[in-house]
Amino acid sequence: MAERMQLCNISVNNFEQCTKCSICTTVCPVAAVTTDYPGPKQAGPDGERYRLKDPAYYDKMLKLCLNCKRCEVACPSDVHIADIIQRARMSASEGKRASLRDTMLANTDLLGTMANLVAPVANATLGLKPTKLVMDSIMAIDKHRTFPAYSRQKFTTWFKRNAAKEQDAYAHHVSYFHGCYVNYNFPKLGQDLVKLMNAIGYGVHLLDKEQCCGVALIANGLYKQARRQGQTNITSIRKSVNDDHRQVITTSSSCTFNLRDEYPAMLDIDNKDVRDGISLATRFIYNLVDDGKVKLVFKQDYKRRLAYHTACHMQRMGWQLFSIELLRMIPGLDLVELEQNCCGISGTYGFKKENYERSQAIGSILFKDIADAQVEAVTTDCETCKWQIEMSTGLPVENPISVLADALDVEATRQANNIN
Amino acid sequence: MVTEDIYNKEYDVIIVGGGVTGAGTARDCALRGLSVLLVERNDYSTGATGRNHGLMHSGARYAVTDGESARECISENMILRRIARHCVEETDGLFITLPEDDLAYQRTFVEACQSAGIRADIIDPEEARRIEPAVNPDLIGAVRIPDASIDPFRLTIANLLDARMHGAEALNHHEVEGLILNQGRVEGVKLFNKLKGEHVEVRGRVVVNAAGIWGQRIAEMAGCKISMFPARGALLIFGHRVNQMVINRCRKPANADILVPDDTVCVIGTTSDRIPIETVDDMRVTREEVDILLKEGIKLAPSLATTRVIRAYAGVRPLVASDDDPSGRSISRGIVCLDHAKRDGVEGFITITGGKMMTYRLMGEIATNAVCAKLGNTAACVTAAQPLPGSEEGAPSQSDLTKRYSFGQRAAIGRHGSLAARIEKDNDIDNALVCECEGVTVGEIKYAVQQLHVHNLVNLRRRTRVGMGTCQGKLCSCRAASLMGEMSHDVKRAQQDLASFLDERWKGMRPVAWGDTLREAQLTAAIYEGLCGLDMAVNTQGKEDQQ
Repeated sequence: MAERMQLCNISVNNFEQCTKCSICTTVCPVAAVTTDYPGPKQAGPDGERYRLKDPAYYDKMLKLCLNCKRCEVACPSDVHIADIIQRARMSASEGKRASLRDTMLANTDLLGTMANLVAPVANATLGLKPTKLVMDSIMAIDKHRTFPAYSRQKFTTWFKRNAAKEQDAYAHHVSYFHGCYVNYNFPKLGQDLVKLMNAIGYGVHLLDKEQCCGVALIANGLYKQARRQGQTNITSIRKSVNDDHRQVITTSSSCTFNLRDEYPAMLDIDNKDVRDGISLATRFIYNLVDDGKVKLVFKQDYKRRLAYHTACHMQRMGWQLFSIELLRMIPGLDLVELEQNCCGISGTYGFKKENYERSQAIGSILFKDIADAQVEAVTTDCETCKWQIEMSTGLPVENPISVLADALDVEATRQANNIN
Repeated sequence: MVTEDIYNKEYDVIIVGGGVTGAGTARDCALRGLSVLLVERNDYSTGATGRNHGLMHSGARYAVTDGESARECISENMILRRIARHCVEETDGLFITLPEDDLAYQRTFVEACQSAGIRADIIDPEEARRIEPAVNPDLIGAVRIPDASIDPFRLTIANLLDARMHGAEALNHHEVEGLILNQGRVEGVKLFNKLKGEHVEVRGRVVVNAAGIWGQRIAEMAGCKISMFPARGALLIFGHRVNQMVINRCRKPANADILVPDDTVCVIGTTSDRIPIETVDDMRVTREEVDILLKEGIKLAPSLATTRVIRAYAGVRPLVASDDDPSGRSISRGIVCLDHAKRDGVEGFITITGGKMMTYRLMGEIATNAVCAKLGNTAACVTAAQPLPGSEEGAPSQSDLTKRYSFGQRAAIGRHGSLAARIEKDNDIDNALVCECEGVTVGEIKYAVQQLHVHNLVNLRRRTRVGMGTCQGKLCSCRAASLMGEMSHDVKRAQQDLASFLDERWKGMRPVAWGDTLREAQLTAAIYEGLCGLDMAVNTQGKEDQQ
């Protein structure tokens, strides 16, 4: 055979490597609850062959894909099944405008900025029954859903006023990609992170310019805007990682996954030079502890029983072990590791009226497991999983960083790490 | 009609050979009001018809060397675009000149095309790269010509369907063992029904030999001698399309210089080797052939070097010796229609051979003219104007697809054209996919089994593309066998059929069994042999049957 020929098959997203084993379809949370969705194998590599022949073979049911990436985790041939599906959705939506509802759901930061200004009003109004009914009927946002409450003060405002000036004093430094949820809805998580990082001797800094990572924009078909914002973020991250030698850490698994993996796969943003410099905070801290570089000391009287839920994108990165093992370092914590099942919300997916029932059906296995676990709260690295689990089980959900910060003996930790 | 009734009728014409030429002849005869029986020893389109590029030649390839063939091609090309719309994809084609080729040939080529009436536009290499991104970027010249892609299986079946709609009968798996001869007249055929193991005779006033390369043997049965020159060509199928246009080399025809996008795949070919007539049934592809095809193929589209090859196959061109050359060495390139009464003194016997798939309709017309002359039928040929079943107006459109399961329904429209309306799609079961690679539904399989002469999975594959995707039958063959077993109430036979279908798929994969194709085949073997014990089940069953 001619030299170097046929040594390997190269295809976009490895779709030629598919041997049709169908394992992906068996783990798909959507295919498990509805026959409307053809399943990842059909929607992905199988459909792709036909779409290469003629884009008209695009199947509208592909919009039911959660983009949870569980198919990719299961694939023994490393086919980027969900990427194929998302790319197909992208091509099919070219030239079409996203609906008002999708645009609103996707623009988490714009909505956040406006809502922060009028937080009490927004929170009260969004929670009112008439508002919910209007959103349900006009916007097709399901009435069962509650928008996460908006904070009166943005995280960045708090940070600049209360924390920024003391950060330079630490020996080590990281940048924090806080994301929209921390900034607009739940600054406490950001505060917990600053507390934790400071206690182990790390100063925390904001990026020069941070915009929404765009995970919701991608899911709702606003690719151009996502690409623009992504480029801004990567420019800031590049400065932090390459020029200032500060790793970038996050407290959201979806933001992390988006910055690291979806940027190149979906938005053609080249992040090769900084990808390794972006990490989830739990992974970053775990590695420091594991390398013996820092020590964590926890409160003696801390006692809780929590369940850990692996978010889909967390599973795709394979990083749940970092969060779990870090939590296990807390002596008083009784941690139940839940089976890996999708909660069904998938960002903005479950907010849409047409998806509500499917979303709850997908999550039902997880909800039952949580009920059976007899815990006081659930912990997970993803904020949208949090909303879904809180709404569906009634239990509070916390980020592992908040759990750690709560359990941490700050003074003892500072001493153990020789910080004055 | 039940098979026995078909045997007992007497026909105006019996056509031997279920390739596209036989089917086209059957259609023409039936449309002219003759009573017709077509017999085929295997399945329809198993010979040269089903073993070529699936290229609807514009004739450009022949323009320089054979102006007459070129003119026939372009004329039939334009006709097929009208009458066989659902079998044709109007892709257009490129004739590219590479740095090692003589650019001066382009001028000769374009002039020859123009004189044959073939549109041939010289385009800028940059423009060629834009309209066909898969093309070798090093090209120094390109000509755009009206080549297209055509599905020979669909074309053959559409011709047969039309023949049947006009009263014709057709039998596959019926081999001609001999001709009924009476005082220098051919009066019918002696058949062996391979499905039931029966020998029967059927009478007809004229027998048309449209058996392609096997026509030499049929002619011998009447004591007539035709010298065929089998020319073998091997081809490779890639797992998906890399090109959207046909890509040819702008030089004298040579090995592996045509790449055709066919439905979900693309096909590179061919080689060309003269072989002895005794070996025409040996279709194994050799390593040397695979090497040549790949080495030359990547010059047309470099990405073929890293694209999965799913299958290799070979076919035999039925070239025939010119009657006017006493040495028997010179080959006739065109259509050959022999009236054996004039040529050999055998009445009631006509051979139609030579030609190409592209000119099947014209061959059918010429053969039917000869039949009609014998029978005193004066009806005019209408096959050039009347659309084939499936290509009529009113194919189901976008709005007829259900919201769910649109994929399989759309694929079925691509395959059956307006006849897709006959496929059930009112419930979840009929819409369920049997073949996921090619989007074949339960409904489509039921339709094919009931309407399209399907006796086994190989027949079903040619009618529907079941098992033609990258998994080569791994998932669909079991489901399809089970459906056929249910429909025929013969589970044992379905199991045997499944085993032989998988064997048949493996034969084509074997010459290219490396990389992902090998992984695919091993998984299939692990499932069917290792997990399900199919080979044991079939072997044990075979022993039981013997006892």
